[in-house]
Amino acid sequence: MNWLFHLGRYWMFIKEMLSRPEKLSIYWKQLLRELDNFGYGSLGIVALTSVFMGAVITIQTVYNLVNPLVPMSAVGIVARDSIILEFSPTMMSLVLAGKIGSSIASEIGTMRVTEQIDAIEIMGINSASYLSLPKVVAAILIFPFVVIISMFLGIFGGWIAGTLAGVISSADYINGIQDSFVPFNIVFALIKTVTFAFLITSVAAYHGYHTEGGALEVGQSSTNAVVYSSILILVFDYILTQLILT
Amino acid sequence: MIELRNISKSFSGRMILSGVSTCFEKGHINLVIGGSGSGKTVLMKCMVGLVEIDDGELLYDKKMFSGLSRAERKPFRQEIGMVFQGGALFDSLTVEQNVMFPLNMFTDLSIQDKRERVNFCLKRVNLEKVNQLSPSELSGGMKKRVAIARAIAPNPSYLFCDEPNSGLDPKTSIVIDNLIKEITEEFNITTIVNTHDMNSVLEIGDKIIFLHQGKKWWEGTVNDILQTDNQELNDFIFASKLAKGVKQKYGKN
Repeated sequence: MNWLFHLGRYWMFIKEMLSRPEKLSIYWKQLLRELDNFGYGSLGIVALTSVFMGAVITIQTVYNLVNPLVPMSAVGIVARDSIILEFSPTMMSLVLAGKIGSSIASEIGTMRVTEQIDAIEIMGINSASYLSLPKVVAAILIFPFVVIISMFLGIFGGWIAGTLAGVISSADYINGIQDSFVPFNIVFALIKTVTFAFLITSVAAYHGYHTEGGALEVGQSSTNAVVYSSILILVFDYILTQLILT
Repeated sequence: MIELRNISKSFSGRMILSGVSTCFEKGHINLVIGGSGSGKTVLMKCMVGLVEIDDGELLYDKKMFSGLSRAERKPFRQEIGMVFQGGALFDSLTVEQNVMFPLNMFTDLSIQDKRERVNFCLKRVNLEKVNQLSPSELSGGMKKRVAIARAIAPNPSYLFCDEPNSGLDPKTSIVIDNLIKEITEEFNITTIVNTHDMNSVLEIGDKIIFLHQGKKWWEGTVNDILQTDNQELNDFIFASKLAKGVKQKYGKN
């Protein structure tokens, strides 16, 4: 029944986090800082992961395409749809859960064990909202842009790898990525991204906020934040796919 | 003035505070002393509302504080300054931003006025030219002084200090003690200090509360301490040879 306790406490935390901020100008500054941190700060890892992910998808698709009746442009279609529908929103969110989720949990957890959160509370400030809301809003606003960049770089990585390895011609690949394109897939990917952004940041903030003890427990909170947000990303990936695409 | 009436608190069935009643006067330094685990920190956390009491009443200047909702406590909170054991300075902010933090949150002062107030508070705690340093660049004593500056920045009526001398050398401890005493008298604040430091007890304590096993075991002044024959208090205060010497010279044997 431990999960029920956490579920209840998580909802209480979300309710507190979403209560009216004390002073919007302070939250605005925090929001800008987090946008820079989550967006610009994540570009390196996102770019690297996306290019290699696109490259591997393309080469593996070519390797598995043994039927001579299937045109080579199908490789572009498969790479594009895999990247847009699944790899960019879900895999990037898992990567960001590791990078941003652990950072949020350890930052807030350290503030808890060093009494910085108590100091905020003493001043009459809603600490849950002050510490978490700018992070959650920043992630919801910036993650879609990060994922769109990831989609572009993934498809680009596939083209580079495919043509450099000589397994597909540039024309076939470009024809493939333009063929039977469904714009709603982008909307679906962004719906998933926004959901994952909320889960990553709120779950990490929750674990950090409820840290008790010292340095060891801060590490445990950080690990728990990554583990639980990753599990929730996979569960919600399935739920959203089932709800929206079928 | 802060009044405690029969405050009780337990965690998981374990009694931490039991029927603590006392009154902390304005413009005085009120010390809460006691061994580790005697309930000092829990009592302070109850007084500032970080921990809810199970039973009893807590009044700030005759206004009920216990039992109020978070929103109802807001006007009280802005009158409370607290110095935490480790300083609890915000790592991501500079010294200036730390001291300015409560002013940013609760005042509409111009940036110029806020800077002036920050500089006044830092100067008051004998710190200058540290505005742009981060907390990690400060010594233990400097951190405590910045924490005091942050606590007094919004002009509080009540100042709480949780073991302000812990981890400091004897000379710096005296500086911090004197600072707390001066600020209390200068701004006519109700100050409550949790301490283990016997020098603080003998030097700055106007009123002293001794907690033992979660109960108020003894209450009095420095002179009373030297004269008391309360066994537990004597065992606690005059544990060292040096303190025993003080007792033998000035007090009742």
